[in-house]
Amino acid sequence: MNVPDNLLYAETHEWIRRESDNVRVGITDHAQSELTDVVYVELPKIGRQANAKEAIAVIESVKAASDIYAPVKGTVIEANKALEADPGLINREPYGEGWIFVLKIDNADDLKQLKDAAAYQKQIG
Amino acid sequence: MSESAQKTTPLYQEHVRRGAKIIPFGGWLMPVQYISIVEEHQAVRNNIGIFDISHMGQLIVSNLAAAEWLNTMLTNNIEKLEVGQGQYTFLLNERGGIIDDLIIYQIGEQKFLLVVNAARTDEDFAWMDRHRPKDVDLKNRSADFGGVAIQGPRVAKLFHALFGEDVDLPPRNHIVDLGFDGINVSVARTGYTGEDGVEVFFRGEDAVKFWTAALKKGGPLGIKPCGLGARDTLRLEVCYPLNGFDLSPERNPIEAGLGFFVDLTKPNFIGREALLKAKENGSPEKLIAFRMQAKGPPPRVHYSVFDKSERIGEVTSGTLSPSLNYGIGMAYVSAPHAKIGTRIDIEIRGQKFPAIIEKKPLYKKS
Repeated sequence: MNVPDNLLYAETHEWIRRESDNVRVGITDHAQSELTDVVYVELPKIGRQANAKEAIAVIESVKAASDIYAPVKGTVIEANKALEADPGLINREPYGEGWIFVLKIDNADDLKQLKDAAAYQKQIG
Repeated sequence: MSESAQKTTPLYQEHVRRGAKIIPFGGWLMPVQYISIVEEHQAVRNNIGIFDISHMGQLIVSNLAAAEWLNTMLTNNIEKLEVGQGQYTFLLNERGGIIDDLIIYQIGEQKFLLVVNAARTDEDFAWMDRHRPKDVDLKNRSADFGGVAIQGPRVAKLFHALFGEDVDLPPRNHIVDLGFDGINVSVARTGYTGEDGVEVFFRGEDAVKFWTAALKKGGPLGIKPCGLGARDTLRLEVCYPLNGFDLSPERNPIEAGLGFFVDLTKPNFIGREALLKAKENGSPEKLIAFRMQAKGPPPRVHYSVFDKSERIGEVTSGTLSPSLNYGIGMAYVSAPHAKIGTRIDIEIRGQKFPAIIEKKPLYKKS
């Protein structure tokens, strides 16, 4: 499984890319491979404020619906509209065009709670 | 139930070796998918797929009084069977509720094979054993047998590749005993996918040999091993009910729309009185099939069904149909709202999504 070194990770299988005061969030290669066949994504509303570990999006595969969590406290400033027409982007490009939302983070220190690539790799075995 | 308490089929190691995702189902550890539910689904619709169905139960009933007794236990009429023929039927409780749906095959003059749902096998056996007269023999042979379902439009080609060009496929709903490379197998022309297909039963120790041969000979035909995920999407497209979801001890075959498999002209079978009453009074609810009107989240079990502002029922099965590319499902709704063409709403995470009640099956081969 692909676990890029330059990203941070949440225990709930989201990846987090720091972009100055914001973070871009998607689900990991491991997560998309477990879900397979993503058929629908419910995106968070722009302007929504979320606490860390709060469910703010839903990914549906053929067999089940899975919550996607805000990795840190912040405000949603972008959501990937391309997923509405082509949810399979999450399977094909989990770290690229398959990103889900961008959060403006409240406190950069919160990012210290997240895992680095080595720790996440260890989690998924 | 913990994973260690779950049973494994004789093909379990084959599934693990192929990287299948394994889930607990009806007391068994079963493959839910190998690579992708959608790919496996399409393999069955367009070419051919093979499923492990070793978890399903096999009960054998025999002796002189077997047929007469079984006709008092099951809803369909066994007198219509000839040796080598099977029929879909129900085992009911006294209230007419469904304990199990199953296929019964007459495999001898005085011998019957019942293929039952994995999760219900022990319950079926106990229920039948409790009602069994002393002169009827009832055996649970589930632990001895394995089985595979081979389904898809190219099944006849694979059948002949496995058993020989001069061996005839059994007719629809019939079962035959055949030899395969030194082992004995029973081949039934049945399935749970809406495609042409066979279900093959063999002794557990022969499972790997048959599975491996079928995959090898099926290679040029595009065969794919398929899991329970694809089995569920395939059966739901053609509106075959799933016990424990669409059927339960609280539901009878009339409200499930399966009265065709109930012979109320038989003088006596368990549940008959309750069904006669249900027929006379009309069922308060009916199992309907529906299709979502637009792209959106797939419907799932337990979602509420509305007609305008009135809650009229609950989804029992739902998925995104890989063939139709729309959300589909089945639901019990109150009878006055159950007409085909009725516009309904499915409530998903607090939001209502439009759907329409459609005729079963939802998917038909073009």
